[in-house]
Amino acid sequence: MAHSARRDSPELPDFSILKRLARDQLIYLLEQLPGKKDLFIEADLMSPLDRIANVSTLKQHEVDKLYKVEHKPVISTSDQLCFLIRPRIQTVKWICDVVNTDKVPGKSRRYKIIFTPQKFYACEAVLEEQGIFGDVSIDEWPFYLLPLDDDIISMELPEFFQDNFLAGDQRWVRTAGSALHLLYSLYGPFSKVYGIGRCSKMAYESWREQVEEGEQKARQAEIGNVFLIDRDVDFVTPLCSQVVYEGLVDDIFRIKCGCVEFGPDVTASDKSVKVMLNSHDKVFSEIRNEHFSNVFGFLSQKARNLQTAYDKRRGMDIKQMKTFVSEELKGLKQEHRLLSLHIGASESIMKKKTKQDFQELLKTEHLLLEGFEIRECISYIEEHINRQVSMIESLRLLCLLSITENGLLPKDYRSLKAQYLQSYGVDHLLTFSNLRQLGLLVEQQPGETLTVMESKVGKLVNDKTAGKLTDAFSSLAKKSNFRALSRKLNLVPKTDEEYDLRVPRDMAYIFSGAYIPLSCKLIEQVLERDGWTGLEEVTRLLNGHEFAVTGSSGVDSRGKNDTQRIILVMFLGGCTYSEISALRFLGREKGYKFIVVTTAITNSSRLLEALLDNHV
Amino acid sequence: MAFITASWNPLGDAFYRKTDLYEMSWSLRDGLRDSLVAAAPYGGPIALLREPQRRSPSSRPQLEIYSASGGTIASFPWKSGPVVQLGWTVSDELLCIQEDGTVLIYDLFGSFKRHFSMGQEVVQSQVMEAKVFHSPYGTGIAIVTSSSRFTLATNIDDLKLRRLPEVPGLQGKPSCWVVLTQDRQTKVLLSNGPELFILDNTSCTVVCPPGLSPQDGNIVHMSVSFSYKYLALLTDSGHLWTGLSTLQEKLSDVDTKKTMAPKQMLWCRRPKSQQPSVVLMWDRLLLVVGVCNETIQYPIEDPCVLVGEMDGVRIISSSNQELLQEVPLVCQDIFKIASMAPGALLLEAHREYEKSSQKADEYLREIKEQSMLGEAVRQCVEAAGHEYDTNTQKSLMRAASFGKCFLTDFSPDQFVTTCRELRVLNAVRDSSVGLPLTHTQFKQLTLQVLIDRLVYRQFYPLAIEVCRYLKIPDYQGVSRVLKHWASCKVQQKDLTDDAIARAVCMKVGDSPGVSYSDIAAKAYECGRAELAIKLLDFEARSGEQVPLLLKMKRSQLALSKAVESGDTDLVYTVVSYLKNEMNRGDFFMTLRNQPVALSLYRQFCKLQEQETLKDLYNQDDDHQELANYYVTASYREKRLEGRLSLLQSAVDEYNKAKNEFAVKTTEDEMRLLRFQRKLDDEKGAGLLGLSLQVTMETLLSLGLHKQAEQLYKDFRVPDKRYWWLKLKSLAEKEEWDELEKFSKSKKSPIGYLAFVEVCIKCNNKYEAKKYVSKVTPEQKVKAHLAVG
Repeated sequence: MAHSARRDSPELPDFSILKRLARDQLIYLLEQLPGKKDLFIEADLMSPLDRIANVSTLKQHEVDKLYKVEHKPVISTSDQLCFLIRPRIQTVKWICDVVNTDKVPGKSRRYKIIFTPQKFYACEAVLEEQGIFGDVSIDEWPFYLLPLDDDIISMELPEFFQDNFLAGDQRWVRTAGSALHLLYSLYGPFSKVYGIGRCSKMAYESWREQVEEGEQKARQAEIGNVFLIDRDVDFVTPLCSQVVYEGLVDDIFRIKCGCVEFGPDVTASDKSVKVMLNSHDKVFSEIRNEHFSNVFGFLSQKARNLQTAYDKRRGMDIKQMKTFVSEELKGLKQEHRLLSLHIGASESIMKKKTKQDFQELLKTEHLLLEGFEIRECISYIEEHINRQVSMIESLRLLCLLSITENGLLPKDYRSLKAQYLQSYGVDHLLTFSNLRQLGLLVEQQPGETLTVMESKVGKLVNDKTAGKLTDAFSSLAKKSNFRALSRKLNLVPKTDEEYDLRVPRDMAYIFSGAYIPLSCKLIEQVLERDGWTGLEEVTRLLNGHEFAVTGSSGVDSRGKNDTQRIILVMFLGGCTYSEISALRFLGREKGYKFIVVTTAITNSSRLLEALLDNHV
Repeated sequence: MAFITASWNPLGDAFYRKTDLYEMSWSLRDGLRDSLVAAAPYGGPIALLREPQRRSPSSRPQLEIYSASGGTIASFPWKSGPVVQLGWTVSDELLCIQEDGTVLIYDLFGSFKRHFSMGQEVVQSQVMEAKVFHSPYGTGIAIVTSSSRFTLATNIDDLKLRRLPEVPGLQGKPSCWVVLTQDRQTKVLLSNGPELFILDNTSCTVVCPPGLSPQDGNIVHMSVSFSYKYLALLTDSGHLWTGLSTLQEKLSDVDTKKTMAPKQMLWCRRPKSQQPSVVLMWDRLLLVVGVCNETIQYPIEDPCVLVGEMDGVRIISSSNQELLQEVPLVCQDIFKIASMAPGALLLEAHREYEKSSQKADEYLREIKEQSMLGEAVRQCVEAAGHEYDTNTQKSLMRAASFGKCFLTDFSPDQFVTTCRELRVLNAVRDSSVGLPLTHTQFKQLTLQVLIDRLVYRQFYPLAIEVCRYLKIPDYQGVSRVLKHWASCKVQQKDLTDDAIARAVCMKVGDSPGVSYSDIAAKAYECGRAELAIKLLDFEARSGEQVPLLLKMKRSQLALSKAVESGDTDLVYTVVSYLKNEMNRGDFFMTLRNQPVALSLYRQFCKLQEQETLKDLYNQDDDHQELANYYVTASYREKRLEGRLSLLQSAVDEYNKAKNEFAVKTTEDEMRLLRFQRKLDDEKGAGLLGLSLQVTMETLLSLGLHKQAEQLYKDFRVPDKRYWWLKLKSLAEKEEWDELEKFSKSKKSPIGYLAFVEVCIKCNNKYEAKKYVSKVTPEQKVKAHLAVG
């Protein structure tokens, strides 16, 4: 599909500047501590750091040894220790322990903590409390954005989701604002900013503040409009099983920082292979957005093409052969290697996912999205729990059930919860408390609408049918926001037509034609209407906090040039690969180019694991 | 224009001139007699204390502060102890050094700022003499006590007193002394009879200036130049020795033939001086002694005070003020009689031109032939800078402008800058402002400082005009002036809060760089809290309002402003401040009204202060969270007893929260834990902490069917689950007979297809087949397919 792009689609800005900028800033900070030093890196900063500056770059700037920051005594003998960490209290406490341990035998070293992307007062307070504020020097590495691909930029802050939405801790909002400001100062000015969600609004305001404080330079805009969206606007989409290739790979193998590790079962050897998944991988870039059912077709076609290309060798004279070897062969070999990897991955996926139970799982999800046969779905979930298929999967289905149904009936809620606790351990009691706080898994409050509807229906049909209908109505008639949204925005396409997944007709293809992701649909609608007019009902159902602001600079007067069709979408709280695929599809359809900025790439497992509370 | 040179006096190959600065606008009853006078350099203010020695309590001496032109700034009776010395700091603050060593600091307007002491021992021994001196470190004070000890403070803003070592053989005060700043060290040079000592931090050394013999007599007066580079010593036989202050080199040795000690002796030189001189003043005579041994004598009618400047000496008398300086070289070149310097010719040419005389052309030609026109223009411009008289300035500048017309490729920068600067200088020299700065001094002082001085003297409109005229960026210029103005305005006691707030808002508007919170802070300092709050409302950035609000103890307001700013660090700052300031209950109550702050604090407590978290929930009667807290705590507890008791607390809290479900689950958990413990003790099964499901699984795999059965009944495990569990476990252990028995124990709640599938999974087709017949008709096909 990547080849069927609209011919006039605009060029994306070059985001590699972000990497260069981050690298230069880091080098500058390292040089602030002259001489040999050991660098301690926060575990989850290692991959992002690797994308910015590799080991040899670090060594060039007198980094001697590299360690992971852990809660254990350091073995380093260097007299200069540099810590590169996220501003987390826990990590800072570890460092305090290191420094205080050194103090006991009177060992003196120089310590430097580099917080990225910024420091927090709380961290400094901890240093002060532990009495080592004077012993360490503190710096900030404003590494806000890591480009994962031509059109994906990640802040690599998975904790944004928990902190902001679960704990109500808004410390990262300003960070998001700063990230947006960075993009603005490099690629702005933006002509219009839309957004929905409380956090989006705050991030927008924080950005505006920074714009007003800084000086403005007139420059050629490279980004047209901006759309900010909170993750809690749409929890349904990330909770669905992903069936587009890139999403599937993420669900199964877990893509980390744009890179996946294929195990022996994929590589067909005894070694694991790390592969960068981005648009430079020619094979991958063609199948990443495809529904999985098409991937094999594509791959075998590709294999045939490759064979033909190899076959060109036959009947060449020496000269031709020479050019072939020097120019094409290397590319072909590379492609060959990638192709075999992706075929391996697909096979491995097939093994896991085409089995009966996966089909049934998908069917249940689709039923939930459509709102049919809820009873059957509940018993499916029950069985899922009882058989202990997967702790996260069970939880995912429960959440999906709750959101689509606007909460569970008290009876179901209790029984499912009890079974879950028996199955996976009572410590999940706190997990449930988290899920309830976030509104992901809640108990229905006895609603008035229900009784009204029931009595109405009761008059129409005989008692027997009414009794049967009670269950159905309890799910339908309640102020089921999702149901209402789904109707308003037409999220669930009619099921009577066959959906040809090879020729997708809308964004629903990313869920086998069963559901158009709410987040992406909102973006489509707002861009189409150039604002929120006509979506009042929708925003009410989504709890408001929507906004649309025209930029201060009069760029939009120049009309729809190419830049106007470059849209930056910022997901606060994470987005899934499926959503990115859907946006790419939308872009091709409407002639837009989307750039996705996210606090982190997420999927159902990451989302729910963040809410588990049994690990404290 | 020949008369310009009328006031010139030759000294060696240079000239000295006296320029009238002001007719003093003060009216002093007794002149400058019997008064302590201190005048600050750079055209600074003059302080006057009348008859400081008169000690009758009934008549208090009057302390008066004047501008350099004699305009009254402040006047008040001196109520403290006897003053030994007055002096000005670099930032125009008045220092009054008292006999007991106390130093009182007043601002320009005579309001008391602070005081400090020059040391405890001074109180008994009393200050004999004191000197105020300026160095790169700021303003310093040196004193000598009646016990002949010196104490130094190099910077009064960062007070560090240094008591210098004793001087051998010194009784009472030395005959004369000065403070020297050399090589980043401050020293005292003093004379005792014929001996000369240098006194530094650690030692006292006898020194001997080269070329000064003891026969010349005792040293009675000494003076060090403005730059601390040159030293002049006067002996009682009238010998004046001049040399470097390092005492390494002699410049000259002049016999003045005056044996009487002068009242004042000062260096008079300028940068690139050709003929530096020392000015000595007696009651009736002013003597300028050049290093070339020549002298100039000026008679004096009134008692005068000399003020040393970097490029001359100001002479202040009760009626007027003059500037004595060496005529700058460029002025000499232009105005010297019969000078043929290009500048002089150009000035002449222009004069002829104005007379419409063709001689103008002749002069011009002459300059041009030597191709010196550029130089001529430069000379005129430079000379204009040095002239005090506006008419002279004008004619020089006009000449320069005239000459410029004949030059094609001449940068106008110097001309333009000098024009602008002269205009500013003429404005501040005006008697109503009274800052008689020369161009050289102005350059040294810098424009920034000049504006500061104007602001400090409250000449706000003039300062703003200067900023605008010189096109200083608002941030450093107008805004800064406005800020000072506003800070001053808020102190006006006769205006209401509203009036001031309105006035400030009108003038300041939203000028860049003016922070309303700073102004508000000032208002608060002056005790006007209400006004401060009004002003804070104008502050656009809510973050800026917070620190002051905290200081004003408006903690609630501060917290909500911090939350409004969206800066969590700021919120956290306020929270931690409140935590220390308030008692716990109030603190929690405050947090309760601010959910954002509360969740932030909770996050912190979760990691840092678990106990506080508990208190927080307790305070809120949040039983649900409190219970959750106990549950979390129970995971960290290793001992079973501790764990159970924590869980019991959780149960109690859940009960209060009316969360029956959680109560039951937690109780189940406790029951399970006890059960597990029992079995662990009896059979060593290693069950503790496992979930119910895993416990049953483990029991079954250990063959403890009876115990598993018991759990199944006790915990009301759904049939389906138990059957699945048992089915899997038996199949995995390949206990096929047991499985068959189990299948027949009652009708399977999970059907029999499950049996078939599990058997197949364990690769036992034979067993699987046994169950095919029992499968329901709808699933038969599936079963057969599975078996194959």
